[in-house]
Amino acid sequence: MDVLLLARIQYAITTVFHFFFVPLSIGTIFLVAIMETLYVVKKKEIYLEMSKFWGKVFLLSFAIGVVTGILQEFQFGMNWSEYSRFMGDVFGAPLAVEALLAFFMESTFIGVWIFGRDKLPKWMIAASAWLVSIGTMLSALWILAANSFMQEPVGFEIIDGKAVLTDFMALLTNPQLLVEFPHTIFGALATGAFVVAGISAYNFMKKRHLDFFRKSFNMAMVVALISGFGIAFSGHDQAKHLMESQPMKMAASEGLWEDSEDPADWTLIADIDVENQENNWQIDIPYALSYLAYGKFEGAVPGMLSLQQEYEEKYGEGNYIPPVKTVFWSFRIMAGFGGLMVLISMLGLWYSYRRTIEQKTWFLKALVVSIAIPFIANTAGWIMTEIGRQPWTVMGYYTTAQSVSPNVTAGQVLFSTISFTSAYVILAIVMIYMTARVAKRGPYVEQITDENVDLLSKEAFKS
Amino acid sequence: MSLPELWFILIAVLFIGFFFLEGFDFGVGMLTRLLAKNKDERTQLLTTIGPFWDANEVWLITAGGALFAAFPNWYATMFSGYYTLFVIFLLALIARGVAIEYIHHTETDKYLNLWHWCIAIGSFLSPFLLGMLFTSLIQGVPIDETMTMYGTFSDFVNAYSVVGGLAVVLLSLVHGLTYIGLRTTGPVHDRALSLLNKVYVVLFIGLVVFAALTYVSTDLFIVRPLATPILLGAVVLTTILGIIFANKRREGLAFTMSGLSIVFTVAMLFIGLFPRVMISTIDPAFNLTIDNAASGEYTLSVMTKVAVTLLPFVLGYQIWSYYVFRKRIHPKN
Repeated sequence: MDVLLLARIQYAITTVFHFFFVPLSIGTIFLVAIMETLYVVKKKEIYLEMSKFWGKVFLLSFAIGVVTGILQEFQFGMNWSEYSRFMGDVFGAPLAVEALLAFFMESTFIGVWIFGRDKLPKWMIAASAWLVSIGTMLSALWILAANSFMQEPVGFEIIDGKAVLTDFMALLTNPQLLVEFPHTIFGALATGAFVVAGISAYNFMKKRHLDFFRKSFNMAMVVALISGFGIAFSGHDQAKHLMESQPMKMAASEGLWEDSEDPADWTLIADIDVENQENNWQIDIPYALSYLAYGKFEGAVPGMLSLQQEYEEKYGEGNYIPPVKTVFWSFRIMAGFGGLMVLISMLGLWYSYRRTIEQKTWFLKALVVSIAIPFIANTAGWIMTEIGRQPWTVMGYYTTAQSVSPNVTAGQVLFSTISFTSAYVILAIVMIYMTARVAKRGPYVEQITDENVDLLSKEAFKS
Repeated sequence: MSLPELWFILIAVLFIGFFFLEGFDFGVGMLTRLLAKNKDERTQLLTTIGPFWDANEVWLITAGGALFAAFPNWYATMFSGYYTLFVIFLLALIARGVAIEYIHHTETDKYLNLWHWCIAIGSFLSPFLLGMLFTSLIQGVPIDETMTMYGTFSDFVNAYSVVGGLAVVLLSLVHGLTYIGLRTTGPVHDRALSLLNKVYVVLFIGLVVFAALTYVSTDLFIVRPLATPILLGAVVLTTILGIIFANKRREGLAFTMSGLSIVFTVAMLFIGLFPRVMISTIDPAFNLTIDNAASGEYTLSVMTKVAVTLLPFVLGYQIWSYYVFRKRIHPKN
């Protein structure tokens, strides 16, 4: 296999893995900060217990987010040295600010929040939790500012074949960032909320600690519902914006080869034939693509073939069509599961309001399974965003093929890919196992000190 | 002072801060195996770094980010050139970081043991590999006219770089011991101070070998005929003072001295590099310097404003957190 492909595989695996834990951390610490605040305001012990319990889930996730995050930072230089040279002047700045502004804040105040409880007043602990929460979101802001530049380069000039920053504020007011940031944050909040809801549902089924999990569940479902709408609206904004910034990605995500009619039909599903550049069959919904693209029921959407021609005139010979099937289906998976999250949270709140939630066994089971939904949707969303940008790393200026390190061999990347992937598999198993154990034990179990219990024995799984 | 010069200094400061801070938690990590005799003592040791180690590691992440922003070519050449070294380093950091957190959620001896080994090995490998990296940096590596480094195994792994790696490990170990001396009471505390005498002897020998090899393998004594010997002398002096203070039970001063040893060592490497950032063994014309590796004027000036604004806050709350958790950790019971 060649270095480029291997480097891309490693990058994809690392990023997807990293991004399981990032949204989970952002989402759970936000809820934990609310719980800490309620503990200060209402002075009820239960909120402290909630914060401690859900805090465990946060910490298990955060630890993996941090260590894989370091890998993310180093990976640019390691595997994408030419990209780093081309982009460093622009791209390094947000990364450095992210570390200075967000990482220091997160890591310091996590220490204060965990270890400071018997040393500091309650309000300072709550404030620390908020600082961690704000830190995670600021971190997202800066890394997304960097990513947005790759989707839509702004505030720079090309000097001697390198991107040179000319306007720092333009990075932060990048129109792409303004739609990408809220979309990602709402997605993250929903992720935390669905994990909390799923674990609560599990405990409803076991009929344990009902008061504790009712409070947790309601809080999570409110956040999930608000986030669900937030995701939908910001997602729509993003689609409209794609029409201006990356019409090729839009066309690929719709499997649209030829220019559409006016008004444009939206393709629900299709059998895409990439080789012959056509769809064998498709199911269309009238007017819907015009609405998705422009927010109104009129307007034609350009197809991939005419965009390809346009790009060839602009950038020279080459294939500018991204892997269509991947982009098409990842968009549908993302949007489909996103919609499902809204439905589930509405239903959850309704049953909770009617006080029948604990009897709806089918729904509780569905909630446990639904823990997976936001993770799938987040992943699909990023696959669409990043694969949809191909063949570019920096849209219109630098390609993925140009970006790869020339001095790193396929053998080296194979070694690192295998090592890192093995590490991720082990970490994922340990993390899920430990989180499941926290969930099963519930909030009021003291640490078991019986040293004879084998963690992998049958007894250990019962509790 | 030009902006690239300023950023070279800032990056040196970030690395010095990293080695000073994470140095002692690397040391404590290794000492969970070398010093602690049972589970409770290991927990006592880990508690001393519990609230801090994560923020200490952020110094490295910030240094990495600053390298990327201020010297993209340095960042690109070094990280791709030392690819395999960084892969192993990252695996060590991953194992260590996850273990320190997950050990709180583990109860059985079997798994506690596993995490403790991850912490100890990770805490050994991380400073060792970074020591190798920096030693190799001042030795020079094959960099061609496209700023690309095509290193071979012996460019990272040779007698000098191994000694350099071990020197950083020993410095971290000593720093960890003085930190434990400062932050604990009870049997571990006393054992730390007596072990310190032995480790200091090894460190002393290590530093002499390191200084001799530096003379042979690098041009540090030629390009910095004054600073290099002075700083090496300062390292030796702080080492001796460290032993004296430790034996007089002046733990605060002993910790300061072990910290200063690290500061002077890393400062010597950076001063020796300047104004180069990576040395080419093929042709001095292919050296990466603060000028040909740096970002543009505008980026550097924006970054300077950001750093000047944020750093006081960062330092402020980090110092505050050390103040909050200043009490010594007592042994269980």
